[in-house]
Amino acid sequence: MDGETEAPLPTTVDLRAEYESSGVRQLLEELDTELIGLKPVKERLRETAALLLVERARKSLGLSHHTPTLHMSFTGNPGTGKTTVALKMAGLLKRLGYVRKGHLVSVTRDDLVGQYIGHTAPKTKEVLKKAMGGVLFIDEAYYLYRPDNERDYGQEAIEILLQIMENNRDDLVVILAGYADRMDKFFESNPGFRSRIAHHIDFPNYENSELLAISDSMLEGQGYHFDDEARAVMAKYIDLRRQQPHFANARSIRNALDRARLRQANRLFTHATGPVGADELSTIKAVDLSSSRVFTMGRPDSDPAEKHDEETPA
Amino acid sequence: MRITQGCFSFLPDLTDDQISSQVEYCLSKGWAIGIEYTDDPHPRNTYWEMWGNPMFDLQDPKGVMMELADCRKQYGDSYIRFNAFDSTRGFETVTMSFIVNRPKVEPKLRMIRTEVDGRSQRYSFETVR
Repeated sequence: MDGETEAPLPTTVDLRAEYESSGVRQLLEELDTELIGLKPVKERLRETAALLLVERARKSLGLSHHTPTLHMSFTGNPGTGKTTVALKMAGLLKRLGYVRKGHLVSVTRDDLVGQYIGHTAPKTKEVLKKAMGGVLFIDEAYYLYRPDNERDYGQEAIEILLQIMENNRDDLVVILAGYADRMDKFFESNPGFRSRIAHHIDFPNYENSELLAISDSMLEGQGYHFDDEARAVMAKYIDLRRQQPHFANARSIRNALDRARLRQANRLFTHATGPVGADELSTIKAVDLSSSRVFTMGRPDSDPAEKHDEETPA
Repeated sequence: MRITQGCFSFLPDLTDDQISSQVEYCLSKGWAIGIEYTDDPHPRNTYWEMWGNPMFDLQDPKGVMMELADCRKQYGDSYIRFNAFDSTRGFETVTMSFIVNRPKVEPKLRMIRTEVDGRSQRYSFETVR
């Protein structure tokens, strides 16, 4: 890409300059500002970036180099930013030239595994073809393997995946994601995956203060803001919400904010007597949050099958 | 006899790299690639056998090249062509088509003259191996 092939090999490489010019620095800085918390993840990403950069520099000097195995596994609870980081990772790999296109194809078991005999292979292959040149992100990868049903077609998808991960290492990067404990079990029963995955990144749960910062930035992204009282209520909300079942970190926060906006709209609509200003329209007040069922703490969420697993709008 | 159908057919056979860059071009235009094969290259044989469905939503030519490799494994001694489908008009139209694989010995096209109605001639073609 940089015309390394025809010219005589350079004898030195300025890693700093590479770091700047490849756009990696910009990407990592973006990551730092956009993602709140996740220190260990950012650390690992920086390490990975350094490794890839050095590997690329070695290549340009003609030193022996191996295309490093780039397949990864992201483990962590729901809502801890795995998909977001995968997206960033795709950008990183693209900038360093380890994947050609740098798009992210996000799939789950349903997209890979078929319904009847002979359906799985074409389905898996189609997904893989779409992911070529980019990153294939398999969410909740452990569902691929169902030990209780030996005729489950998931095994077939796993075999195709493994084969492609081995043979087409230059063409795509596979990221498996899911809960830590279930991923561990999955790797135990599929040693082929374990050995083909070099980077295991663990996503910690967010701290309460981080979640508050996240809710601020989410609102800002939507053009809303808390007033001071509302922020205090939000902090309490986060604290209480964490103790309730089906807590999904940032995703719970997003749902809570969506409902707060709903209540805010309702409040404005029913109570506003005169014209409302821009500030009024974009302020979330304490009352919008405090009517949440989380605060009454009556019953735990009764129906676990319910997708939006939190309180219903008041 | 060298069959000349579709793009590039008067050029020497494309190498895999060249095929790959043509596919890259097609994908950059948002076209979907379908692979077809046949052992009968008669000009009137418009519909060749499909090798799977046309491939939509690809980003990278590698996916197509993998299918081509598979198709060659099974039908290496046939004609294989790529059709690029453009959907801008609301239906899929073949906008580009080129042969990517030929049999080792290509069949000939023989012209048959038939006399009808006095001395008028009817012409037809058939593929001869």
